[in-house]
Amino acid sequence: MSLKTQELAHLKSKIKREPTNTELQIVAAEWSEHCSYKSSKKHLKMLPMTGPLVISEKGFDSGVLDVGDGYVVTVHIESHNHPSAVEPYGGAATGVGGVIRDILSAGTRPIAILDGLRFGNIEKDPQARWLFKNAVVGIADYGNCLGIPTIGGEVEFDDSYTNYALVDVAAIGFGKKDRLIKNNAKKDDVVVLLGGSTGRDGIGGSQFASDLLESEDTSAVQIPDPFIEQLIIEAILEARNHKLIKAMKDLGGGGLSCAISEIADSLSIGIELDVNSVHTREQNMNIDEIMISESQERMLIITDKTKLKKLEEICKKFRIKCSVIGKVTSNQIMHVKKGAKTFAKLPTSVVANAPLLDRPSTKPKYLQTIQNEKKLKPTKDLSNILLKMLSSPNLADKNWVYDQYDHEVGIRTVVKPGYDASVLRLDNGKFLAAKIDGNPKQCYLNPREGAIGCFEEACRNVVCTGARPIGMVDHLQFGNPEDPEIFWTFLESLKGLTDFAKYFKIPCVGGKVSFYNETIKGPIKPSPLIGILGLIEKKPLQPRTISKNDPVLLIGNTTNELGGSEYFEYIHNFVGGRCPVVDFKTSKMNMNAVLELIEKNLIKVAHDCSKGGIAIAISELCMQNKIGCQIELEKIPGEKLSEDRSLFSESHSRYLLVIERKNLKKIQSFLERKAITYDVIGKFVGDQILFQKNSRPIIKLSVDMARQSWMKSLGELVLHG
Amino acid sequence: MKINVKVGIIVFPGSNCDRDMFHVLTDVFNLDAQFFWHEKNLPSGIDAIVLPGGFSYGDRLRAGIIAAHSPIIKDVKKLANKGIPILGVCNGFQILVESGLLPGALLKNNSLSFMCKWTNLIVENNMTPFTNKLKLHQKIPIPIANGEGRYYVDDSTLKKLKKNNQIVFRYSEAVNGSSFRIAGICNEDGNVVGMMPHPERATESVINPIDSKPSSLIFESLLSTIGVQQ
Repeated sequence: MSLKTQELAHLKSKIKREPTNTELQIVAAEWSEHCSYKSSKKHLKMLPMTGPLVISEKGFDSGVLDVGDGYVVTVHIESHNHPSAVEPYGGAATGVGGVIRDILSAGTRPIAILDGLRFGNIEKDPQARWLFKNAVVGIADYGNCLGIPTIGGEVEFDDSYTNYALVDVAAIGFGKKDRLIKNNAKKDDVVVLLGGSTGRDGIGGSQFASDLLESEDTSAVQIPDPFIEQLIIEAILEARNHKLIKAMKDLGGGGLSCAISEIADSLSIGIELDVNSVHTREQNMNIDEIMISESQERMLIITDKTKLKKLEEICKKFRIKCSVIGKVTSNQIMHVKKGAKTFAKLPTSVVANAPLLDRPSTKPKYLQTIQNEKKLKPTKDLSNILLKMLSSPNLADKNWVYDQYDHEVGIRTVVKPGYDASVLRLDNGKFLAAKIDGNPKQCYLNPREGAIGCFEEACRNVVCTGARPIGMVDHLQFGNPEDPEIFWTFLESLKGLTDFAKYFKIPCVGGKVSFYNETIKGPIKPSPLIGILGLIEKKPLQPRTISKNDPVLLIGNTTNELGGSEYFEYIHNFVGGRCPVVDFKTSKMNMNAVLELIEKNLIKVAHDCSKGGIAIAISELCMQNKIGCQIELEKIPGEKLSEDRSLFSESHSRYLLVIERKNLKKIQSFLERKAITYDVIGKFVGDQILFQKNSRPIIKLSVDMARQSWMKSLGELVLHG
Repeated sequence: MKINVKVGIIVFPGSNCDRDMFHVLTDVFNLDAQFFWHEKNLPSGIDAIVLPGGFSYGDRLRAGIIAAHSPIIKDVKKLANKGIPILGVCNGFQILVESGLLPGALLKNNSLSFMCKWTNLIVENNMTPFTNKLKLHQKIPIPIANGEGRYYVDDSTLKKLKKNNQIVFRYSEAVNGSSFRIAGICNEDGNVVGMMPHPERATESVINPIDSKPSSLIFESLLSTIGVQQ
């Protein structure tokens, strides 16, 4: 929890004296990897961050996108991995709280939460089950109490997260463009700390998150209080309506130290504050504890002196505390006092700008051989294998999770959880689709192609609702960046994401980097997570009931790319092989063709083919609609593959389209005109999931039986082991 | 043009379905709805009251118990005695129970988890101000979203509820272990109705893909009730 030798030297050279103890604490918090991005900042610049819809202002804690008619959507993503790994309930809950306040900081109302959760093997490991169960309840209790719907996300289990947890939370906000808080401040404005009291919880949290998880330091985990957060949201939005807020920032990692230095640095102001004015919940807190406490549910506001009274009235109405803790100065100095005595006096530019690092990187040795396939055991009963996969934790329905989240509150949720992407209605008559996706199994085999695959998969998911991707947030989670091999995987993923974002002109509007995700067994697999927002101008594709004899088309090629697939890893227990690769040109063609068909109102259901391949994607449609299917494997476009590989390959850029038979000709001529690779692979009929090859049954499974096991297996596993 | 019917929506610290209810009352049904903060008095001339869902006081102690002691509840009780239609939804139902306006108690669901899912209600009493446009035994597709939604009454009170026709809605299937699968009840006079499911989440077809008409009839019942009275 202290500065490195060279960082201390850098600090001394900048301030030309010995730092005080408080100054050291402040700087150590702000220069932690978690707050400063010192390993990644130089490289993150490669991502495209601008675009016609992006509104960029100084000091925004979230990405802002113009959705027309005077409205904006905001989005941000955060993780709370270290805290959730030691205290899953509180860690996950405060993860929600933090990202919600980033949305609020822009002056927008939070309208949705998505979460991406990753744990160890819950079939074998009771601790993984405990972490999973409590993280879900933590998110549910927090989000539900706030009245913000948790509309989607994903859950994955993998051995590389043994004894660990990845808890990623993305939040979406909505508001009027002219009510955005455009951060500004001038001399003698007042600095107000609003919300929960400052306690000893979460002290050193950001340094805790910037280190290997060796101790289970629960005191570094913050304590959640969603009730206070809900009052803060309402109070701040009321204050916003009265134009009482000039600048605002959430107190997150690094607490007051980071909030003060970052807001002052971004606005080119100084701030003088007196810690005696900070409302605390414990007695005798020393000045350092107050400065770096990460107690939750606190916001920093800069307002004009004349508006203070009204702000205090609003806080009184909601019974939340607001303390004037300091004032704005013009000298760009962060001046921390206790009464009359000075404890820290540092240039804000020094505190807020850690010396950046140029970490070495080398291609990991394991990658030289990982793509080689081993000889797999021949598979016999593919029906049983399909059933086993449908009941596996990664592929089973996640209703045990999302039924605990209020996904309806706010009455915007048009497409509910459990489908490709969730869709919200906006006040201007448009619709917003959102999805987050990760795929560490593929990223491990090929960090670049795996990351691109996550990006494309998230895009495919929103496309299936009829939405065009308008913005991306990324969360790059890796092991120790001081290890050149790990740092190489980070760079490769980042380069892949950058190339895809540029090709598709999807701006990165926010993101986060989380390093030091390691357990006693070693680093986690490279785990970039991609969130995509898509905009629908007119009408979303809401899932429609599939009827008997509806044909199903498969768009895109299926090839021999099973590395990192559920089939290799879950059924054959084999980690290796070549992971799927996205061909950008084909990807774009397929995406646009699907969107056009949806816009022409020719599609009943569009469904992305991803984890578990065609077999799982088709089965999901059957189980959701309680109808059987008859699929001809020889019709699947692409390489000639053995039956199991056709069924379970996870090639990208593929979509299943369910249509009405009367539209078939029209759709076929459209797809042919656009030179899209596709075929009609079968139809929905009967009560069996039937895959056949040249009229020979390969899989025959009762929809009812499959559905029972798919719907219930995850809940049973969590509750009964 | 707003219909000249004043509906008060009571807002407690932690209410979070108040804006949803406001949207449905004003934008969907054209009523003149107003928010009333829990510390305020209610003015005269209010035609109906809604206690919306949410987590008043963060569900501390027990869902609804602290809000039931808010200053405004005195006025709500006065209006209840005058026969003014009062609807409590979810946390609003819990508050009505905790304030003694409705009998019984709401306990943790038997799954011990928060549950958000769509279910069906069966109308058991179509004579209240919120159900008079519905048919007896009509099915209402509607979402629930609660952690403490299991309605509990002892056997003798249950008998009384049945005898007085106070059971307004039942679940079509066992969802959370409620006594007699009760989802909503009314007071003896029938003007105070509490229900755990959220009708405001089911009145618009865009967010209710199953059938939004039955839930709409809950609000249309109110409209016709007040219309008749005036």
